[in-house]
Amino acid sequence: MKLTNLLTSAAMALGLAAGAAMADTTKVGFVYVGPVGDGGWTYEHDQGRKAVEAEFGDQVETVYVENVAEGPDAERVMTQMALEGADLIFTTSFGYMDPTINVAKKFPNVKFEHATGYKRADNVSTYSARFYEGRAVQGTIAGHMTESNIVGYIGSYPIPEVVRGINSAYIHAKKVNPDVEFKIVWAFTWFDPAKEADAAKVLIEQGADVILQHTDSTAPQAAAQAAGNVITFGQASDMSEYGPKPRVSSIIDDWAPYYIARTKAVIDGNWESVDTWDGIGAGMVGIGEISDAVPADVKEAALAIKASIADGSYHPFTGPIKKQDGSDWLAEGETADDGTLAGMNFYVEGLDGDIPQ
Amino acid sequence: MIRLEKRPQPSRAWSMATPLVAVLATMLFGGLLFAALGKPPVEAIRTIFWEPLFGEFSFYYRPQLLVKGAPLVLIAIGLSLGFRAGIWNIGAEGQYIMGAIFGAGAGLAFYPLEAFYIFPIMVIAGAFGGWLWAMIPAVLKTRFGTNEILVSLMLVYVAEQFLASVSLGLLKNPEGFGFPGSRNLQSWDAAHNAELIAGTGMHWGVVAALIAVIFAYVLLNRHMTGYHIRLTGEAPRAAKFAGVNPTRLVLFCLGTSGALAGLAGMFEVSGPSGQISIDFNVGYGFTAIIVAFLGRLHPVGILLAGGLMALTYIGGDIAQSNLQLPAAAIQVFQGMLLFFLLAFDLLTNFRIAIGKPEVA
Amino acid sequence: MDLSAINPVLLIASLMVAATPLLLAAIGELVVEKSGVLNLGVEGMMITGAIAGFAVAVESGSPLLGFVAAAIAGAALSVLFAILTQFAQANQVASGLSLTLFGLGLSALLGQSYVGVKPPQMGDIHIPVLSDLPVVGPILFGHDIILYFGIVLTAAVWWVLKYSRLGLVLRAVGENHDAAHALGYKVLKIRLMAIMFGGACAGLGGAYISLIRVPQWTEGMTAGIGWIALALVVFASWKPWRALLGAYLFGGVTVVQLNLQAAGVAIPVEYLAMSPYLITIIVLVILSADKSSAPASLGRNFHASR
Repeated sequence: MKLTNLLTSAAMALGLAAGAAMADTTKVGFVYVGPVGDGGWTYEHDQGRKAVEAEFGDQVETVYVENVAEGPDAERVMTQMALEGADLIFTTSFGYMDPTINVAKKFPNVKFEHATGYKRADNVSTYSARFYEGRAVQGTIAGHMTESNIVGYIGSYPIPEVVRGINSAYIHAKKVNPDVEFKIVWAFTWFDPAKEADAAKVLIEQGADVILQHTDSTAPQAAAQAAGNVITFGQASDMSEYGPKPRVSSIIDDWAPYYIARTKAVIDGNWESVDTWDGIGAGMVGIGEISDAVPADVKEAALAIKASIADGSYHPFTGPIKKQDGSDWLAEGETADDGTLAGMNFYVEGLDGDIPQ
Repeated sequence: MIRLEKRPQPSRAWSMATPLVAVLATMLFGGLLFAALGKPPVEAIRTIFWEPLFGEFSFYYRPQLLVKGAPLVLIAIGLSLGFRAGIWNIGAEGQYIMGAIFGAGAGLAFYPLEAFYIFPIMVIAGAFGGWLWAMIPAVLKTRFGTNEILVSLMLVYVAEQFLASVSLGLLKNPEGFGFPGSRNLQSWDAAHNAELIAGTGMHWGVVAALIAVIFAYVLLNRHMTGYHIRLTGEAPRAAKFAGVNPTRLVLFCLGTSGALAGLAGMFEVSGPSGQISIDFNVGYGFTAIIVAFLGRLHPVGILLAGGLMALTYIGGDIAQSNLQLPAAAIQVFQGMLLFFLLAFDLLTNFRIAIGKPEVA
Repeated sequence: MDLSAINPVLLIASLMVAATPLLLAAIGELVVEKSGVLNLGVEGMMITGAIAGFAVAVESGSPLLGFVAAAIAGAALSVLFAILTQFAQANQVASGLSLTLFGLGLSALLGQSYVGVKPPQMGDIHIPVLSDLPVVGPILFGHDIILYFGIVLTAAVWWVLKYSRLGLVLRAVGENHDAAHALGYKVLKIRLMAIMFGGACAGLGGAYISLIRVPQWTEGMTAGIGWIALALVVFASWKPWRALLGAYLFGGVTVVQLNLQAAGVAIPVEYLAMSPYLITIIVLVILSADKSSAPASLGRNFHASR
């Protein structure tokens, strides 16, 4: 026990010393689960890092390590960054949750920001994006645009984040098109371009003319383009190279405003542990430009939904909504609470099939 | 003309010198690579090899070398026994996964009981899981003569799918808000494979790895089974005459390597990693194969090779963070190191001769 | 559940596309293993081919040039493996694994500036009348040229192995390199050629993924297809036509399970994903009755002085 204390204090002393030596620059570390060249999740986090550098110039120094496995490797990389004098560390994968908490205990003077998790501490904040708000916009466009009334959805893993997106898209597609039907395929991977391409092709072959995806590669976009009369939406990044068609809009993970704000808080010395779950309003969820392939009235409807979500006048999960089994979930006018949304493990009424267990 | 002549005896001097030559060659070519990427080559090499061992924060990195190296050594020791006898288990990754699943599963069955016997049960279950998975290629080989390289490799993919399945189903943390992955064993004392002496990185897996090294050394040098293993590898026909039972040898070698890989998985899941998740395995089982060969299939050599691999991983991450070297450059650097180590081993067993072959 | 939503014609057509990278890599590895060499670096050579092909196709605007470059890159990488195992006498398993590690890193380095770039398109061939036939048209006459090349290559390898003198020598080397050497065959040279052929095929398979099947470049995009190709060779018991069949089966498992999911059939995805590997093991057991199938010298190094 004694030795831990000794080591911790030694580490702290060194950390402090390093901090004191470079009092002028704030060092910000980023731990990435994938390569920065993945063109999706990690790529967007790295764009956020670059935005921090651009915003603060010489005031900050950013460092990152990519391809860090969740587990002991992540813990080591975070510790290393803290030892080397990082003042603020962003850990950008759900699996980094426990390692982040462990390391944060050892370095009370270093601030940590963990993406998509639910465990916090005095020096650990969590942040996540309300991507389901973007799904509401997508669902609206999808419902209007589909002619076959079949919308294909490529899920990654059956986790609340993805289920939430499916429900939100479905509710809003159904609202504008009561005949719409969702076909959902689980790829059981976040990233496998070949499999994603196959999934998109299968959905198109089975009649889908709109493809929504919750996996990160552009493979489904290319498959839709090859198929012809199919529309898609960019995921994670804008994927504008596939516009104006098949890609008619996109959900962009825009971490830059948050990263800049939090870095500024550390520089100004007023950083506090918070739980941030921001959406379109705060700019964390970006809606990529709606292309000309979308008729003007549909575009208008989509932008109206986007605006009402952004100013807080509308919540994508507003009752009456029933669960898939027909039981009541939200009464007329009631909106979903964040707790239920965070752990969402059920489909809403009208969706077919079961969530794989 | 340049030819290779087989040495009558492997050269001891060269077997010691080749790893050094290989590391030096890697530093040279790796340095060129880093320079080509516009990074300071000397600084990069120093960061990878020196920083974790003797740098400013080596008090933290040295224990981490144990954490990273222990599973590699533990698995590689088991593999080396079979490799020496010409029995090729390359599915240690699968056995590692199954050991972790069995170990964690056996523990979680008791959750949230705090009892002294839970951890030992997990150890046994972990070893059993790995052993069981290795017994599939072993039995198929002894019973039907099936190629164990291919069966054990196939079983890695089966194990990976099984891991995904239990992470999303059977072992999913009921309090995890629907996210995949099991409970964290680090926060449950009875099942936590904690550091034995805090701050040293020394957990039961490290102890097990060291015991395995000694065990393998004694087995190979002092024991009949070890003699049989060596004999089978070096002179299969002589082994037959010496009365070696090939079936038992296959079962022993694959079983031992499977059990050790399973143990490594179990110690990892209950200690440094903490939980079963979809991406729990990070390729230790495959890297250990390389470690076994880098260590020339010798227990002490494996210990050193495991340390070297751990060093490049840890130093590589430091270089990424401090010098912004891309992870891919580190990977290429590691690949080079392996190539050179493998290639220069040539000098241990062969002599480079210039001129015409002597008339034998 | 609505099974009628599955269009069998389209299913077969897309299954053929999914199977092609597997087939190309497996045919190459099959030849390598027939010569008695086990190269576990297929994944590394595939991904190197994927980026080399992608980069050249983007720069030159010609997908075909890309495929040529991919084959050259795959073969070049395999020469590293050949040097290690054939001249430096290093262990084949360890060398192959190192090659995969090296290839993954190298491809990521080379590909840094190609993320998010769209490659030039490789059009499907269109034969008047034939391609427009119902059922047969989309399945047989509506694909890209590389897919047909894969099938032709399968036939060529089959013919060469079975009927030509070169095939006879290759098999002799793979069965018993000492005897082959005693008969005056250049064992190392033949194995070098086989390894390079395998590398070129793996490179083609990788480029098929980055240029046609997906098409885009991202790090690690082969996502384990090289390993499946290794399983496929065994599944095929080292016979080219069975490799073709196996590629359709292995590639088909993914396409079929996605189809079933989309049609609303509840299936345990993980267990279905295991099935190709389990089937391969069963095939191995059945084959083991027939001792002649696996090359006898597989994985063993050869040195002339022995």
